[in-house]
Amino acid sequence: MSLEFTSSEMMSVTAARALNNDMTCFVGIGLPSEAANLARLTHAPDVTLIYESGTLQTKPDVLPLSIGDGELCESALTTVSVPEMFRYWLQGGHISVGFLGTAQIDRYANLNTTLIGDYREPKVRLPGGGGAPEIATNAKEVFITVKHSKRTFVKDVDFVTTVGFGRDGKARDNVPNIGRGPTIVITDLCILKPDPETKELVVTSLHPDVTREDVIEATGWEIRFADTLETTPAPSAKELEVLRSLKARTNAHHSGQQ
Amino acid sequence: MAEFLSLQEAVSRHISNGDTVAMEGFTHLIPFAAGHEIIRQEKRNLTLIRMTPDLVYDQMIGAGCATKLIFSWGGNPGVGSLHRLRDAVEKSWPHKVDILEHSHAAMACAYEAGAAGLPLAVLRGYVGSDLPKVNDQIKFIECPFTGEKLAAVPSVRPDVAVIHAQRADRKGNVLIEGIVGIQKEVVLAAKRSIVTVEEIVDDLGASVNACVLPSWAVTAIAEAPKGAKPSYALGYYDRDNAFYKEWDGIARDRETFQTWLKDNVFEKGAQ
Repeated sequence: MSLEFTSSEMMSVTAARALNNDMTCFVGIGLPSEAANLARLTHAPDVTLIYESGTLQTKPDVLPLSIGDGELCESALTTVSVPEMFRYWLQGGHISVGFLGTAQIDRYANLNTTLIGDYREPKVRLPGGGGAPEIATNAKEVFITVKHSKRTFVKDVDFVTTVGFGRDGKARDNVPNIGRGPTIVITDLCILKPDPETKELVVTSLHPDVTREDVIEATGWEIRFADTLETTPAPSAKELEVLRSLKARTNAHHSGQQ
Repeated sequence: MAEFLSLQEAVSRHISNGDTVAMEGFTHLIPFAAGHEIIRQEKRNLTLIRMTPDLVYDQMIGAGCATKLIFSWGGNPGVGSLHRLRDAVEKSWPHKVDILEHSHAAMACAYEAGAAGLPLAVLRGYVGSDLPKVNDQIKFIECPFTGEKLAAVPSVRPDVAVIHAQRADRKGNVLIEGIVGIQKEVVLAAKRSIVTVEEIVDDLGASVNACVLPSWAVTAIAEAPKGAKPSYALGYYDRDNAFYKEWDGIARDRETFQTWLKDNVFEKGAQ
């Protein structure tokens, strides 16, 4: 019997599976945090999670609403200052994976969280860079998780807040001492990976019951598909149970405060 | 030595119109009580610096205190936009606010450089980002030893630093616990500092490596119980995540915001 699950659950479970026990992951808030903690509560109990508020090796019981909820500090091995976090732990080369979300992403996996429109006269002002610009270059590799839509997946981002591979796919070439950049993008429809040569994002795996047309329809450029296109394995009963219970605990926690 | 003042007196004496003010606390220990006192005293033309403007600067910007904001992430964490900040940037309401934006890494380094008495901070940052195109305070320099291209930003050296902490002892030494953010750096980087505390105690109870600001490194201390609400103070009270969500509705509309400001800030006296 096949299980019922939503496309959001499919995305979180798939994103969680990208992490393993050997990784030290610098976690962005929102979808990446959900995926990272799901990984920790299922197949990767020893994955090291680090948040930019300074909490090292943290094991929150509920998902934090902000990057610095008390839960993160109280369940951490130790908590360091923010300059130490960015200078010693991130820039110093101790992070294997930076896990990021975004508002816009383009074909070279550049991320925009700054604004829609023109910088001086924005149509929509977004929060800005936060930790992402340096996470994306100082972590050894970058995972991205974001919902798939034409508004989000654009040919060229309005503003490169955080570099993927630049406007031409070559921004990382010959830059010393930085990571290799995005290696996987997980959406609610599919998995994309950068082409080894051109760095353009290519669909490598479709989630169950998703068609090529669904992805084409939700992407703002002429999206390419890998020659051997895989089907992403569906979530297991255990993954769904752990994810749902994590989200229920989180919702109860954040709405119960006064 | 730090001087014990009422919050009203501390703000009145140490913050002037036109000052550059950095109110820090990375999600934790955000000095809301002090922010509200600045709003009540109708301080104007402030340059506000904060990595995450958060609700405290959304309120101060909406109340008309600021003409410039230097920041690195301007959202309501886990909820969405800061609507008063957006209204000021997109529609110049209540008036125009200039922005200068950085990344977190750059601002953290800039505070640290300020505390270290240096004119600039150097980091491996902004590679491939458009931020240097819109912020003329981001430059690139060549390492004189290796030739590597590195980013440079000016250090943060505000007129006034404002932070909240768990407690001070009666001599004015301050203890900060939990997510310590850039609290120590901002106080040491600033010309003057105001520290609000949950309580004043006989003995700080600090462990040997605790984050302690000695009395002689702080200008003024004001007791402000619950002074970080709706953010939190580890060991005293939790973050009011429900209010952070509620703020989205309050701040979205100018009139709702002004009513909130009147009821919750102007008509409440200083502690």
